[in-house]
Order: sequence, then C-alpha cells, then structure tokens
Amino acid sequence: MHEAYVAISIIWLFLFIYAIGGAIDFGAGFWAMYYYERKGTTAANFANLYLSPSWEVTNVFLVLFVVALAGFFPGAAFALGSLMIVPVSLVLFLLTIRSAFMVYSYTVQKYTKVLRYISGITGLLIPALMLTVLPIIIGGFIEVVGDRHYILFNKVLTSPTVYAHIGFGLASQLFLSSLFLSDYAREANSNETYEEYRKNAIIFGPIMLSFAVAATLTLIPEAVWMVENMAREWELFALSMFAFSIGYSALWWPSKKVRIGQPRIAVILIVLQYAIASFAYGWAHMPYIVYPELTIFDGLTNFAMYQSLLWGYIVMMAILIPLFIWFWRLFLKDKRYLTSEK
Amino acid sequence: MDNVLLARTLFGSSLAFHIIFATLGVGLTFMILIAELVRLFTKDNDYAILAKRWTKGVAILLGVAIPSGTIVGVMISLTFPGFIEVVGQVIALPFAIEIFAFFVEALFLSIYIYAANRLSSTMRIISVFFVALGATASAVLITNVQSWMNTPTGFEVVEGQIANVQPWQAVLNPAFSYTAVHVVSSAYMTTAFVVISVGAYRLLRGNLNPKEVSYYRKGLMIALVIGAATSIWTASTGHKAAVGLHNYVPVKLAAAEGLFETQSNAPLAIMGTPDPEANRVVGGLEVPGMLSWLATGSTEGVVIGLNDFQQEDWPPLFVHTLFNVMVGIGTLLIGVSIGALLWWSIFRKKPYPTWLLLALVPCGAFALIGMETGWFFACIGRQPWTIMNFQRTADAATASGNLGFILVLFISLYILLLVITALVMRFYFQRNPLVNEYQVTPSI
Repeated sequence: MHEAYVAISIIWLFLFIYAIGGAIDFGAGFWAMYYYERKGTTAANFANLYLSPSWEVTNVFLVLFVVALAGFFPGAAFALGSLMIVPVSLVLFLLTIRSAFMVYSYTVQKYTKVLRYISGITGLLIPALMLTVLPIIIGGFIEVVGDRHYILFNKVLTSPTVYAHIGFGLASQLFLSSLFLSDYAREANSNETYEEYRKNAIIFGPIMLSFAVAATLTLIPEAVWMVENMAREWELFALSMFAFSIGYSALWWPSKKVRIGQPRIAVILIVLQYAIASFAYGWAHMPYIVYPELTIFDGLTNFAMYQSLLWGYIVMMAILIPLFIWFWRLFLKDKRYLTSEK
Repeated sequence: MDNVLLARTLFGSSLAFHIIFATLGVGLTFMILIAELVRLFTKDNDYAILAKRWTKGVAILLGVAIPSGTIVGVMISLTFPGFIEVVGQVIALPFAIEIFAFFVEALFLSIYIYAANRLSSTMRIISVFFVALGATASAVLITNVQSWMNTPTGFEVVEGQIANVQPWQAVLNPAFSYTAVHVVSSAYMTTAFVVISVGAYRLLRGNLNPKEVSYYRKGLMIALVIGAATSIWTASTGHKAAVGLHNYVPVKLAAAEGLFETQSNAPLAIMGTPDPEANRVVGGLEVPGMLSWLATGSTEGVVIGLNDFQQEDWPPLFVHTLFNVMVGIGTLLIGVSIGALLWWSIFRKKPYPTWLLLALVPCGAFALIGMETGWFFACIGRQPWTIMNFQRTADAATASGNLGFILVLFISLYILLLVITALVMRFYFQRNPLVNEYQVTPSI
C-alpha cells in the first residue's frame, strides 16, 4: 500500500475517534444544561459525571488529529490553513468559551445555571460548525484567483447541503450522547435516567439518519463526483445501514437488568455504523483532500518523516492503551464513582 | 497593519495569553508534587490541604489552558501556513510526541482529581508525578520546535527544496538543550512567585486564626524555597542560553545587548536605547568587558556586533529593552526571595514584618512580566526570520483576508477570559475558605 494511504488511514482513525468522543462530549454538555434543575431526574448529574474527568482527554484527541494531519500532510495543513481560517477560528472561539465556562460552572455554584447555558449552547454549535468543513472541501465552494483560494461565503450560506450537514452534526451528537449516557446510566443501575436517555436516543436515531441521507442527496448539485464515488461504495453504506438497524432495534431487546433494551449492544453497533460509513465516505473522498486542488499524494511529507511519525504513533498508542483502559475502569465502570453523585 | 503584522499580532497575542495559563499549569503541578512529598515525610496535614487547594487552582486554570493551547496549536496552521508546511517536513516529531505528554497529563490529572479517594497514597503520588511530568514534558517539547526555529538543523536545501531530512537530528538541534531547561526553570520560578504573592497577601490582610496563619506560612515558605532555588537555577540556565546565542545565533545576542561593533572586551549595556546612528547604546549603564566575559568566559573574548550583518536581517532594536526587563526582574526576584529566606533563618521565631510581606506581594506580577518579556524577546529577537536564515516571517504568514476581524474577536475573548477566570478564582476561594478544610477530613 502506498504510504499516503497508510497515513490517511491513521488520520481517518484519529478523526473518527474524535468525532465519536467529541459528539458524546458536546452532546453530554447539552444534556447537562437541558436537565439542569429539572425535578425528579438525575440525568444532568450523569452527564456531568461523565464530562468532568473526560473532557480534557477528548480535547486532546482533537489536537492529536490536527497535529497528525499537519505532520503527515504538511501540504494539506498549508491549503486547509489558508482556506479554513474563518470557520476554524469560529470553532476555536466556541471551543474556548465552552470549555472555560464548563469549568467555571463546576466551580461557581451561585451562577451554575447561566454558566451551564453558555457552555451547553456553544458546545452544541461546535460539531455543527465542524461539519460544514466537509462540503466546503469537496468542491463548489472554493474559487481560485491566481494562486489564492477563497471560500465563497455567499454560496456556503445559501447552500442546502451545508444546512443538511449542520443538521447531521446536531442530530448525531444528540443521538450518540443519549445512547452513550443511557448505557452509562444502566452501568450505574439508575433505571429512571436510563429510560430518559433511551427515549432521547429513540427520538434522535431516525432524525440523524434522515439528515445523513439529506446531506448526501443535497450534495448532488455541488459535488456530483463525490456522490458518484459514494454510490460506488454502496455495499459499505448498506452494511452501515444494517448496523444501524440492528443497533437501533437493540433498544427494544429484552434485558434482565433494565425494563427493556440492550444499550451496550446498541452503542457498539452504532459506533460500528459510524465507523463503516465514515470509512466509506473517506474512501469515496480519495485521493482528494481538497477537491480538485490537493490530493493525498501532493500533500504527503517526505519518507523519513513519514517513517518516524508512523513509529512514533505506534509506540505512543501502545503505551497509552493500558492507560486508557485504566481510565475507563475508574470512571466508566467503577460503581463507587458511578454512584457518587446520584 | 499589513497582513503579516496582523498574522503576527493574532498568533503572538494568542501565545502570550496561553503561556500565562500554561506556565502556571506546569509550575503548579510541580508544586503540588512537592507538597504531596513533603506531606508524605512530615505527615503534616496542612501540606495535604495546600495540595488540595492548588489542585483546585490547576483545575480552574486548565479550563482555559487546554482550549487556549488548542487555539495556539491550530492557529499556527491558520496564521503561518508556510511555516507549518516546513514543520511537517522537518520538525513534526516534537509536536507528535507532545500529544503523548498531553495525554499523560490529562489522564493522570483526572485520575488525581476525581479518583483520589479510591487510590492508595502511593498511587496518588505516582499520579500527580505523572501529571507534573506530562506538563513539564509538554513545555520541553514545544520549546523544542521554538529552539529549532532559532537553530534549524536536520535538513538540506537542494535547489530551493527541502531534502535529506533527518527528523531526529532536527529534534537535537543545538539550541534545544539550553532553551528547554530555561523554559522549565522559569515556569517553576514564575509559579512559585505567584504563590508567594498570594500567601504574602493573605498574611498581610490578617484576620486569621493561629491555625490559618501557620498554614499560610507553610505555603509561603515552601514557595519561597522553590522560588529562590528556581530563580537561581533560571539565572544559570539563562546564562547558558546567552552563551548559546553567542555560539549559534550571534545576531540575536547582538540585538539583545545593543552591540553594533564586533569587538573584544565588549561592554554590557544595561537599559538605554540602541542607536544605529550613534553605533552604540545611548543612555545606558555600561560595564566594560562584562559582555565578553559573560559570553565567552574572558574579557578578551570577541563578541559579534550587529554591523557584521545586513541591516535587513536585524531584529527590531527594542528587543534590548525586553531583554533587560527579563534579566532585571530575574535578578530582583533572586534578591527578594533570598532576602526573605535569610530573614527567616536569622529571626526564626518571628513572623514576617509587614514591609517584607509588602515587598513579596508584587513578586508574582513581576515574575509573570519577566516570563512574558522573555518569550517576546525569544520570538521578536528572531525576526525577520520565522526559521532562522531559512524562512522569512513574511513568507510564512498567511495571505488570506479577514485577519482583522478574527484578531478583534480573539483579543476580546482573551480579555473576557482573563477577567472571568480571576473572578472565578476569587469567588471560589472566598466561598470555600480555609476554615472549611479543617472541619472536614480531607479526602485528598
């Protein structure tokens, strides 16, 4: 396999991990706001119980993705950096407000409500804004004048596919976080919270799927090449749809621990659904990073750097994985922690 | 402002903002480790409370340090895409390894904060050790890129293209060893003096019961010892850094000292303004031969002056002032901390007098200013180059528009966060006064 494909697969893996982790993180922030001060439910507590130890780690995955992209594909970092300055700056701006205000909200009880609203809403917007990058880089929204690239904001803001992508970002984070938190609540034997998040997951599953289909269909006028490539990968997309159907149905499977549903199986299958779909999407994207200007072959770093980075990441992940497992046990499995804020 | 200056201001202000939080994060985790260790040996619960309250401080600071670090990491691609294109080819390793250090820090910090009561005391100290290690390693690795920008190695230029890249040789560039320790030592030092300020302020304000007085004295003492030790260490690493400049980046040293003529027996000019017309520092205090002695170890040593370089390659001459402020503050802080410790060793039983506490209160602000001027000197002193003698800042900066709007957006954000973070800190520690710590059995 060509080095560019190895490198882009690593980038895909990092991006995928962050996409799932980030969606759960920002979604949980939203639920912590939504259920705040709501009587008779501990749903907000569970969201915070998950968020407080994990948000920093999730954030590191974002930086990991950016740094890996700049290291393996310096040409892409150059092109994307020049092109994406406005949307990426807005994401950074929101991300900073979100994280800072979330920490403030844990610290200053007197103003928790307003602080949590600010962090919840800014957090909700982040994945939505991030998703707008997808249609922009596959064409139709960039004009080249001489050797300068411009994003055509007038076109971006009036494009249905951009809004469909935003909808997909919003629905995905609410769906994934509900699903994940329902499993988290089950782990802590909190039936009432489980039911609450299960209900949310049931609502947002089909909404997410509709937006995914809409985002693809509205892409046709903007980037027909991409849709054709995606159609070529129809087996993978069908497989991902299959994983969704089974995973979604698992919310109604009989269970010994809770009234109804197998949330752990649902979480695993839905993550699998995203993995397959995002891989198929990425595969259809190849070989372009920014269509039609920049391919993975133009953007790739030299061989010596490629090798050092590859080994660096392999060694690093080998050391970190046991640490992640320990972290998981301490905060996602340990009953003493899970029941501490009930 | 032209686009290059806008890009520099945007990235520079982001970095200047981030390093306040990053420096305190690096320094405080180190001090928490020390407090935990002191507690282990003395069995004195006050040190556990110190560690606990500093940890709360770190948790608040990280709410800003982590996203602002993310800003800096991403924004460098946005504002200097030309630079990041070279980074990806030659010096991507430290960035990649830094993520590893970042993970270690984030994971262990959560473990230390949220799982402390479920860990044995040994595991807890191991956790906080890894937090401190991760934070310090991040600082070292980021400084690695900065040092490479000053002394770029590990690649060749063949027909204008980068070739024969040796990633590890780039990591082991000559400036790395001395800049990295200087950054680490000054981060510890800055934080120690910020803690000294807080402790001195509390003791000065009075209205404390004897238990509280004893607590604040212990905190102040631990910070003074660390502050004195690290400020002396910082002076020594700073001296090595200056010698490093003499050997590898002479134009930067010449600008820092305002030296125009290459000469032996070069004088050290303190303050004053370098004037290219007069060919010397006007209005400064000159110590004959001192610069030669500092840079080469002998007053006879030859120090290269600015006139040996093309004027278009000179850094802005005001870096002389930045350099002086940094060195001046460093020297002052050594004096104050050593003085305070001497007072303590002479009059063991007596509390610190008001005038001494008054002298200690502004030390934290001075230390922060010294740290900032040091970084400003390091980055502005490298101009007009982003990568010394290889890439000019004007060629590295982005050509895209909209920078003015983004600059206003981020500057407002930074001011807002500085104010709110200060308020949140104040609010938290007022609402959770020290008395509360003695009423409950501490869980940390």
